[in-house]
Amino acid sequence: MEQTSDHRNLTEGKMHPIEIKNLSVTYRTEPALWNVDLNFPEGKLIAIVGPNGAGKSTLIKAVMGLVPITAGKVSVYGKPYSKQRSKIAYVPQRGSVDWDFPTDALDVVEMGLYGKLGWLRRPNSQTREKARECLVKVGLEDYADRQIGQLSGGQQQRVFVARALAQDPQIYLMDEPLNGVDATTEETILTILENIRKEGKTIVMVHHDLQTVDKYFDWVVMLNRNLISKGPIKEVFTKENLDRTYQDKQRMSI
Amino acid sequence: MVLEEFLTIFIGIFTDYTLRYVALGSAILGITSGALGCFTVLRKQSLFGDALSHAALPGIGIAYLFAGTKDSLFLMLGAAVFAWFGGIVTLGITSTTRIKQDAALGITLSVFFGLGIVLLTYLQSIGGASQGGLDRFLFGQAAALIETDVINLGILAAGCFAVLIVFFKEFKIATFDSAFGQSLGFPTKYLSALLTSVIVVAVVIGLNTVGVVLMVAMLIAPAAAARQWISSLKSMLILSAIFGGISGIIGSMISSTTEGMSTGPVIVITITVILGISLLFSPKQGYLFQYIRKKKQYQNNSNKITTNSEEETSRNR
Repeated sequence: MEQTSDHRNLTEGKMHPIEIKNLSVTYRTEPALWNVDLNFPEGKLIAIVGPNGAGKSTLIKAVMGLVPITAGKVSVYGKPYSKQRSKIAYVPQRGSVDWDFPTDALDVVEMGLYGKLGWLRRPNSQTREKARECLVKVGLEDYADRQIGQLSGGQQQRVFVARALAQDPQIYLMDEPLNGVDATTEETILTILENIRKEGKTIVMVHHDLQTVDKYFDWVVMLNRNLISKGPIKEVFTKENLDRTYQDKQRMSI
Repeated sequence: MVLEEFLTIFIGIFTDYTLRYVALGSAILGITSGALGCFTVLRKQSLFGDALSHAALPGIGIAYLFAGTKDSLFLMLGAAVFAWFGGIVTLGITSTTRIKQDAALGITLSVFFGLGIVLLTYLQSIGGASQGGLDRFLFGQAAALIETDVINLGILAAGCFAVLIVFFKEFKIATFDSAFGQSLGFPTKYLSALLTSVIVVAVVIGLNTVGVVLMVAMLIAPAAAARQWISSLKSMLILSAIFGGISGIIGSMISSTTEGMSTGPVIVITITVILGISLLFSPKQGYLFQYIRKKKQYQNNSNKITTNSEEETSRNR
């Protein structure tokens, strides 16, 4: 059924935001992703779920070429990512950076504009202004000059979201942005995402909280090194698929 | 009395030919290593810097063996090549074996240093190294610096700063959030390699004045001290460079008072004093103000508790 709808989309001449063909990623000798075949639909809020070590982060990193691909192909709106960088914003895991780094919230958001600036050009009053607008969107305008280390975990996460907004992309790839954040932040982030989805943007989010998947998302990818299932929440987010996603892991580890 | 002596030495920087170049060379080192050391510290590569500088030592010996001259440019080139090689060996060990970074650094540092010492003592035994003193690279001997050395150091330092200014934005993003930088299209691996190269140059400059053993202090201490006072990367770099430069000048002045005193250790002690002061007295993170703040907070809290209980009692009435 999935394949027919994919096919229809293609014949209509509409390209998928992200097309993943037979993707495999191997770390040293450990396979992290195995033969994943997946097209993300446009204008949807998409969750990637699966147990620890299922390759969720690896999947979104592989899309951007941040991890070496062993086999397969990824394209973004029909072209390789290297030609489409401006269409994707990446929100890494909060824990991946050192929050003691000497910088303030506004400065971090401004980094989202470095890609457009390119080499050699320096941030200027325009980029600062744009960054400030994005801080307003996440409700942190009063924290612009605050050292990032002095922000709460939720505020730090919102700074990351603001940085992605500054990039003004078609696709957002987010690695667990709701992990360990307070209720205000979760609400703020979801309202923002809901708004940008309405503008036709595509949001792909690694998500850990199975309780909220059907509440927040339109579409789900269930992953455990292999692709277990993908599709609209109502069709594929079933107990049976969940068992397959999470039990496989146990079997593998035994 | 002490002040008078100090003044004489200080004036000596301008009048005394030798001291002027010694101080200038040390200042150049301090400024360069101070600025670049910020990246070493922020990237959590302090010990990597240590391994680089130790790995440079055999390079000096080998350059001398091949070139047969003590021309500082040749020696520095040898040192740079080996420092680089040491860095690559460390990265190679961590990426191809199960040995973790700390062990890999330990391996590189000690093996290269050992090799360097063997080479230098061998050269000394055949009589080449003793007078000119290749061993001055061990602890540094800024007093041996002459005009051409200082000019060479200045050119190298200027090169470092040119790279640093041109790629500041790129270095910043590669240091703060490397994966994100890569997603924007900046080749963060190459940028890291470039940054390491510039740090190698700073290390090589430092070999002349503080030597391989203590070089790492010139990378770490100014940056750590500056971090206490400021809140942006740019100001951290500038302040760290100033701290490094000042300690270079003061250190070389103090060591000039005693015949044969190695400059390196004195410079390192000077920067350590600056670091100590920063740790104690910086307004935001210093121990002293933290202590005062805690005490105030405690008092405020206890005041609040008393007012609360007073309110309660008045309400009860």
